[in-house]
Amino acid sequence: MAERLLDVQGLKVRFATEDGVVNAVDGVDFELDRGRVLGIVGESGCGKSVTAMTILGLTRGTNARFEGEVSYKGRDLLTMSEAALREVRGNEIAMIFQDPMSSLNPVYRVGDQIVEAITTHENVSKHVAKRRAIDLLRQVGIPRPEARVEDFPHQFSGGMRQRAMIAMGLANNPDILIADEPTTALDVTIQAQIIELIDKLKDDFNSAVILITHDLGVVADIADEIVVMYAGRVVERASKRELFYDPQMPYTWGLLGSIPRLDRPKPERLHSITGAPPSLINLPRGCKFRPRCPHALEKCFEEPRLEARVEDPKHLDRCWLVVDEKRSLREKTIAGEVAA
Amino acid sequence: MLAFVVRRLIGAIAVLIAVSFIVFLIFIVVPGGDPATRIAGKNANDQLIANIKHSWGFDQPFYTQYAKMMEKAFTGKLVSYTNQTNVNTQIKEGLAATFSLSIGAAVIWMFFGILVGVISAVKAGRWSDRVITIIALIGISMPVFWLGILVRYFLAEKNTWFPDGEYVGLTSNPFQWFWHLLLPWLVLAVLFVGVYGRVLRGNMLDAINEDYVRTARAKGLDPRRVLLKHVLRNSLIPIVTLFGLDFAAVLGGGAILTETVFDLHGVGQYAAQSIGNFDLPPIMGVTLFGAFFIVLFSAIVDFVYAFLDPRIRPT
Repeated sequence: MAERLLDVQGLKVRFATEDGVVNAVDGVDFELDRGRVLGIVGESGCGKSVTAMTILGLTRGTNARFEGEVSYKGRDLLTMSEAALREVRGNEIAMIFQDPMSSLNPVYRVGDQIVEAITTHENVSKHVAKRRAIDLLRQVGIPRPEARVEDFPHQFSGGMRQRAMIAMGLANNPDILIADEPTTALDVTIQAQIIELIDKLKDDFNSAVILITHDLGVVADIADEIVVMYAGRVVERASKRELFYDPQMPYTWGLLGSIPRLDRPKPERLHSITGAPPSLINLPRGCKFRPRCPHALEKCFEEPRLEARVEDPKHLDRCWLVVDEKRSLREKTIAGEVAA
Repeated sequence: MLAFVVRRLIGAIAVLIAVSFIVFLIFIVVPGGDPATRIAGKNANDQLIANIKHSWGFDQPFYTQYAKMMEKAFTGKLVSYTNQTNVNTQIKEGLAATFSLSIGAAVIWMFFGILVGVISAVKAGRWSDRVITIIALIGISMPVFWLGILVRYFLAEKNTWFPDGEYVGLTSNPFQWFWHLLLPWLVLAVLFVGVYGRVLRGNMLDAINEDYVRTARAKGLDPRRVLLKHVLRNSLIPIVTLFGLDFAAVLGGGAILTETVFDLHGVGQYAAQSIGNFDLPPIMGVTLFGAFFIVLFSAIVDFVYAFLDPRIRPT
């Protein structure tokens, strides 16, 4: 069995704001083993980025409150001191972000920013670190890395910048690479390249990956397990195969229906989930998806637990509908015949 | 590079011509500006005035007068209407005081401006930030002539802790030079400390929320390094522009009030006296002197800017 790297249990993150307490993350559990890719999927504001940032302690602040446990190789990252956490950041757990245009500092050379990541955690000379930066740039597919290492970020294209970010993330050979919407700001053709690159480097570096996205299409290729988040909680969790072939949660159907498909008849217009995600300050009673769900029942005013309801014991969901009913309803929903 | 210098040079000449021409025109339009009447004195008759007009060339068309004045200005032959002293010599005499005042004040205001900005940005929203903000706003709101007179009265006259005005040359007595300039430096710097502190605070608070700062934190850098290397570095870029122009403006006449209040006999005080006397040649001289520095420093700012921000560096 593969080494358990990360174990997140009952994670809750609340922010005190002037408008009230924001329940950004409200009960998230997942595990991550070495060599695996975990996809976290959900709309904007569902808490997926906050979950990722919390793992690295980047959401710490005077107005943030945490509950639960984020255990990395047996050490709790939530209660770890800031100094100890800095040793983990960028060294054992690295993170790359959505917008490579703004995620690199415009006034420093790309190479120097990678060198900085190396020398922060390792006592090596600038010269050695730079050689490694060049190797890293080569590994992420930057042509002529010896020359490009001297470039400034604005001299890189968007895709190259994201490659450079990945190089920076992998600089200290981390156990976990968290990629927060790594392809959202990129062209579609580049998106696939970046995802493939992450998948390949994960094996080369023997790391695990948390891939955060709003687009199920992005995780379809490389994720082993997928966690679907809604309003700060996990609403469905299953292996990729289970999730795509036997999705249980009407919200997941909506996400699946929103992917443009070439293998189905073209619908009038692309399916979208009606309504907007609920306010995280004032959450609806019961199932959080109820107000937007076309199949909501009276029972949905009571929130269902995240538990196994199908044959596969690792496939968990939060929906009261009977499994057979779901299976007959969902085809229509995904095909866009029923508004979800 | 060469193109940049040439472009800058042409721009500089255009600015100097425009500035000098406007000053010259204002003088012709302003009532009481006729220099011949002033030179002739109180008991003048029409004949005397006409003679003066002719001998000084005031009866020639204004463009000829302007051209002649420019020729004199650039050959160092500009002469005061009031006391017939050479303008260049007078400006040169004031240079040491003006430079000492401006450079010293600039060092103080940059140092404390950055300090104030960084502290209030780091402590944003806390009581120390609020206190600093209030002090900075008081500093910005106090007029230099008022603050200068108060400071001079209370610290140099009522209590003789500090020397009461005047400038002492750096080479003649370095300690006295410093001691005499300390109050003027502080008075001149107060306004800028407030402004720079506020601007830097705003810039830093913007920069702290930038994605690249999050990247730096995610790399595991310690907060001080994140602040100094990633936040401050980017926040200082606009400050450089501000500094270049402010410093040039102070050199080129912005210190008029401070110099006058503290009797430093610098270029600014010379300008103030000449304005009081409606004396065109020294005003023209000082104006060109000031405009020259402003043009020069805006060119320097562009150079430094390109150094600080690689995105605008010519490749």
